[in-house]
Amino acid sequence: MNEGREGNEPVLIPVGEKTPSLLQTGEHDLCPGCGEPVAIRILLETIAELGLSQSTVGVVGIGCYTAFARTLDVDLVQALHGRAPSVATGFKRMRPDTAVFTLQGDGDMVNEGLQEVLHTAARGENVTCVLLNNGVFGETGGHMTATSVIGQRTKTSLEGRDADYHGYPIVIGDLLSRLEGAAYVARGSVQNAGAVARTKRMMRKAFESQLAGEGFSMVEVLTMCPTGWFVPTAEGPEYMGDTLGQVHVMGELKAR
Amino acid sequence: MSTVVVRGTVHIDTDACKGCDLCIPACRPGVLVMSTAVNQTGYRYPELLPGCTGCRACLDVCPDFCFDVFKYEHPIEVEVGS
Amino acid sequence: MAKRLMEGSEAMAEAAIACGCRFFAGYPMTPFTELLENFAKKLPAVGGVCVNAESELEAVGMAWGALATGARAATGSTGQGLSLMQESFSEITLAELPLVAFNMARGQGDYFQSTRGGGHGDYRHIVLAPMDIGEAVELTQRAFHLADLWRNPVLVQGDYLLAHTAEAVDVEALDFGSLPDKDWSVDGSGGGSGQSKVLSPLGIGKTNTPGPGIEGQQLAVVEKLGRIAAVESRAETGFLDDAEHLVVAFGTPAKFVRYAVRRLRDKGLRVGYVRPITLWPFPGDTVAEAAAGKRSVLVFELNAGQMIDDVRLAVLGEAPVRGIGGISTDHAGFGVGALLDVEVIAGRIEDAVAGQEVLA
Repeated sequence: MNEGREGNEPVLIPVGEKTPSLLQTGEHDLCPGCGEPVAIRILLETIAELGLSQSTVGVVGIGCYTAFARTLDVDLVQALHGRAPSVATGFKRMRPDTAVFTLQGDGDMVNEGLQEVLHTAARGENVTCVLLNNGVFGETGGHMTATSVIGQRTKTSLEGRDADYHGYPIVIGDLLSRLEGAAYVARGSVQNAGAVARTKRMMRKAFESQLAGEGFSMVEVLTMCPTGWFVPTAEGPEYMGDTLGQVHVMGELKAR
Repeated sequence: MSTVVVRGTVHIDTDACKGCDLCIPACRPGVLVMSTAVNQTGYRYPELLPGCTGCRACLDVCPDFCFDVFKYEHPIEVEVGS
Repeated sequence: MAKRLMEGSEAMAEAAIACGCRFFAGYPMTPFTELLENFAKKLPAVGGVCVNAESELEAVGMAWGALATGARAATGSTGQGLSLMQESFSEITLAELPLVAFNMARGQGDYFQSTRGGGHGDYRHIVLAPMDIGEAVELTQRAFHLADLWRNPVLVQGDYLLAHTAEAVDVEALDFGSLPDKDWSVDGSGGGSGQSKVLSPLGIGKTNTPGPGIEGQQLAVVEKLGRIAAVESRAETGFLDDAEHLVVAFGTPAKFVRYAVRRLRDKGLRVGYVRPITLWPFPGDTVAEAAAGKRSVLVFELNAGQMIDDVRLAVLGEAPVRGIGGISTDHAGFGVGALLDVEVIAGRIEDAVAGQEVLA
C-alpha cells in the first residue's frame, strides 16, 4: 500500500506513454519478441521530437513492418519490395523541404533493392533510409537474406549458411559508408535499453543530417526475430549479439 | 518488516502483452516478474514489485507498447512483507 | 506561334513540358534515348527534374515518388525497358497514380505488352498511338490530361520513326478541360493529425481511415477501367461509305497505309480504313460497324499478329479477317524494315483483295 506524505495522494509525473504519439494504435500482429516495433518507436519519437511530424513523408517497403503503414500517423507512400529508395528519390527531388525516410527490411533493401539503395546513396540523395536488419525474410517465413551470417539456420539454409554454397553476407552499412554521397551512416540495435538509447541518438543525427542537406543518411537497426531464428523470445537479444551483431557491428560508420 | 523506496511506477496494458519476457531483464531495479496468470490471448504478462525508479527501460524495449511510465514527484516508501 | 522543324523526340518532350510535366526519369535505350536527352536538357530550365536512373526499374520508381507529390511526372523506354517496369505499372495502376509512360518502340510487337498489360493482375493503361509527330504533340498532352482525369496510367505508343524523324510542328499547350484537385497526394502535413494518408496499391488505408482492402481496391480499379473503356476509345476512319474492303492499322505504319489506300482508290479499288488511335480501350464498336458487310478486313501491323486479335473480337465473324503485315525490321532491330513501304503495302492490299495469298 502506498503512503504519501501528510496523507496526500502521491503526485505522479508522466515519463513516457506506451503508444508513440505518431502511432494511431499500438496494436499489431507482429510476433512476440519482435524488434521491429521497438525500432519503429525510435523512428517515430525522433520525428516528433525534431518537430517534423507535419513535414515528413515515409516510403515503406514490403516486410513484416509493412503492417505499420496502416498505423503510422505519418503521410506515407507504399513502395514495392526493394523499391523504396527510388520512390523516395523522386519524392524528395520534387519536395526538397519535406523530410523523407524509407522503412525497409534487409531482404527488401539488401536483396531485392541493393541497386536502388547503392545508387541512391552514391547520388547523395537527401533522404534517410531506415533499415530493420534481422538477417531473415521474416514475412515469408524466415529465409536467408544477403545479411544472414555464416552458420545461421534459416529455411533456405537449414544446415546453417555455408560460405561455399551460399556465399558471404553483405555488410550493407559498411558498404554504403564508402560512397561519397553518403553523409551519415550508423548501425544500432534494439538488443537492450542501452542499445535503444544509443540507436535513438543515431536516428536523430541521421535526420539532422538530412535537414542540413548533407546528402544520404542511413540508420541500420539490428532487430530480433525469434521466430525466424528459431529461438525463444527471451533469448533473442543474446542470439542477436552472438550472431548478427558479430558481423554487422554497432557504431557510427560515417559522419560528415 | 522493511521498506523500499519507490521513485516511479508503471501502468501495464496486460492484454496487449505477448509474453516475450524482454522487459524482465531490461528492468534496472529488477522489479518486474512474469505473472502466473495468463491474459485473454493466453500470454503471461509482467507484474510490478515495489522499487520502480521510473527509468522507462521497460517502455523502451517493449515490442507491444504495454508500458506507461511515471515518476513520483517525491519518492515514497512502501512496506514490504517478510 | 510558328511551326518549326522538330525531331519527334524533341517535340514530344516539349509537349509534355508545355502541359506541365515537371519530372522525368529514364534510362538510355534506342530509340527512346533522345526523349530522355530532351527532358534532361529542357526540364531544369523550367524548374523541373530529370534523372538518368540506374535502370528502368528505378526510373519508374522515381516517377512514382514524384507522382505522389501531385506533380505531373513521366517515364519511358522502348519495349524491352518497359518489360522491366511491368511490376511497377501494375501496382501504380492499383495505387491510382497518374503516370504517363512513353514506349518509343522498336516496331509494333509491343501491342500485347501495352494493351494486355505485361504485368500481373487485372490492370490496363490507356494507350494512345500517334501516327505522326503532329499527332504525337497532341496525344502527349492528352495523355497527361487523361491520366489526371482518371487517376490511371496512360501509355503513349511511339516508335523509331516518331523519335528520329522531323516534322514542322507547333508545340502549344492544349486545354482539355477542367480536372479535379489532387487531394489524394501527400505532402507530410497529415502527420500527427490522426488523418494521415497512405498512397498504396493494397487499399489498406489507416486505422482511423480504413481503405477498401486488397480485394476492394482491385474491384474498384476494375470498375473504373470499365468506365474508361465506355468513353475513351478513339479512332480515325476513312472512305467507309463505299468500301468493300477494310484495312486496319495503327501508329506510324497507319500513315503509310492511309496513303496506300488513297493511291488504290485512285485506281478504282474500293478500300477504306480504320485507324485506332486508342489501342486501349480498343475502338471495337468502330471496327465492328466499319467491318459490317465488308468482303474482307485486312490488318496491317509490324508484328506476328497482335492487334488482329482485337479486330477479330470486334468483327466476331461478320467478315473474314486477314493479316497482311508481319515481322519486319532492320539489321539493328529498331523496327524500320522492308514492309514499311507504300509500294509494298499497296501491293499486299491489292493481292489480298484479289484473293491471292499474301506472303507473311
